[in-house]
Amino acid sequence: MAEIRTEALSHVYSAGTPFERTAIEAVSLAIPQGQFVGVIGHTGSGKSTFIQHLNALLLPSGGRVLSGGEDINRDKKSRRDIKWKVGLVFQYPEYQLFEETVYADIAFGPKNMELSPEEVDQRVREAAGFVGVESLFERSPLELSGGQKRRIAIAGVIAMRPEVLVLDEPTAGLDPEGCGQIMENIKNYREQTGATVVIVSHDMDGAAALTERLLVFNEGRLAMDGTPEEIFSRPEELLAMGLAVPRPTAIALALKERGLELDGPVYTRPQLKAAILRAWRAREGRAGTC
Amino acid sequence: MLKDITLGQYFPGDTVVHRLDPRTKILVVVFYIVAIFSAKGWPGYALSVLALAGCVAVSKIRPKSLFKGLKPMILILTLTAALNLFYTQGRPILPGWIITWEGIARAVKMVLRIMLLVTSTFLLTYTTSPMALTDGLELLLGPLKKLHFPVHETTIMMSMALRFIPTLIEETDRIMSAQRARGADFESGGLVKRAKALIPILVPLIVSAVNRAYDLATAMESRCYHGGEGRTRMKQLRFQTADFAALGLGAVFLALVLILRKLGL
Repeated sequence: MAEIRTEALSHVYSAGTPFERTAIEAVSLAIPQGQFVGVIGHTGSGKSTFIQHLNALLLPSGGRVLSGGEDINRDKKSRRDIKWKVGLVFQYPEYQLFEETVYADIAFGPKNMELSPEEVDQRVREAAGFVGVESLFERSPLELSGGQKRRIAIAGVIAMRPEVLVLDEPTAGLDPEGCGQIMENIKNYREQTGATVVIVSHDMDGAAALTERLLVFNEGRLAMDGTPEEIFSRPEELLAMGLAVPRPTAIALALKERGLELDGPVYTRPQLKAAILRAWRAREGRAGTC
Repeated sequence: MLKDITLGQYFPGDTVVHRLDPRTKILVVVFYIVAIFSAKGWPGYALSVLALAGCVAVSKIRPKSLFKGLKPMILILTLTAALNLFYTQGRPILPGWIITWEGIARAVKMVLRIMLLVTSTFLLTYTTSPMALTDGLELLLGPLKKLHFPVHETTIMMSMALRFIPTLIEETDRIMSAQRARGADFESGGLVKRAKALIPILVPLIVSAVNRAYDLATAMESRCYHGGEGRTRMKQLRFQTADFAALGLGAVFLALVLILRKLGL
């Protein structure tokens, strides 16, 4: 169990061609073991590039990525081993399913780790348990619904028992019920294994409610880094970067524009309710004394 | 790695070459190919190289990107050069050597011919959008409709195939990354192991390509697509003065090469 650290990480695509583009620049941060981190940013802000460095899928153009104090890119073996430690679930992961049965697909990762058949079997069952797909083992992944496919793809990564689980937009394109289930599965995995979870999301409400820390990317740089409370207490900056704010925050901003100032951080519904009630009582109180 | 594929790539621009009618460009390329296969002596080759260099200069396409298109041809070029070099009878360059002066000349000419062939067709696809290219081809092949050859269907399949090459490349990249994140290893092992390692890429790729094809067919049908019969175009192709000039130049060039050939040069 160890922290992940990046030092002055930068990445340039198609270096030396007319299509050269700097995707991320000078990103330095440390993620301690067990933290629940949200990554937000506009399309093209570099967040997907950033997470692909965490398990050595992309090689840094500059800077380093360290896991437990060691450079993960030091040789071929370390680049491969980090993939078991840092499990990466891509956006729309259901497109990577290829086996004839759900069981075989979840077993792909553990098999690549060259574990014994018993160990593979145990891990497949455990991973399927986390996302609740044990009853589908003998089915073909192609005949299942979108939400089921997505959960199977996530199980395929969980089966490697990663210490760090990184997910790129895990709920994109799902109905609200599917979204809720997947977020629930991820939460359970984290609580039961103590794993670090890094989640890229457009869904500000979800990010605000679940995570302990938010990384905000803007034009390839780490623009803001802090707790949801710290980040969402500066909604104007987020809006200036073209990002949405959680709906409760948006409501608080709209009230402020109309002359009702709410106190305290407001980024979840209970907070909004409490803040409005507080403001209401303050007003009532003043009216009473008049 | 996969991004280096240049097949069917179009570099937008606003030069005379870009603006020419696609039919003109296709015909001129056909003239050009006939010419380089007719050229016999050095004057003919020199003329062909000059003509192509002139077109490239006018089109403002960077020669570097054209040479990049030649990269996949290196094996064929080397093989052609080697075969001609070692298997041509004639005067040895040194007594007792297998390499002859005639062999060297022929090797250079053959390699040059292939390079010109590839480069000229690349210049066509670099300066003509896939849409314009298939439109032009459809009109040029129009007479074949009389023979019940499905011209429209063939050309629309071509343009769709070209359109989806970048999409499929992107998709392949993504699937490869995803499987690599699950520990798939595409680089090591013997031939059988590497071939097996392709299954986790090919299956999802084919599944998504088939799904995409269904979606595309539905989208086209829901917009009342029913084949080429009675279909009109938003942009009508019309020959302009520049087109006649280009065709004239192309014909003159071809005639010159043929005359040089007759003269035995």
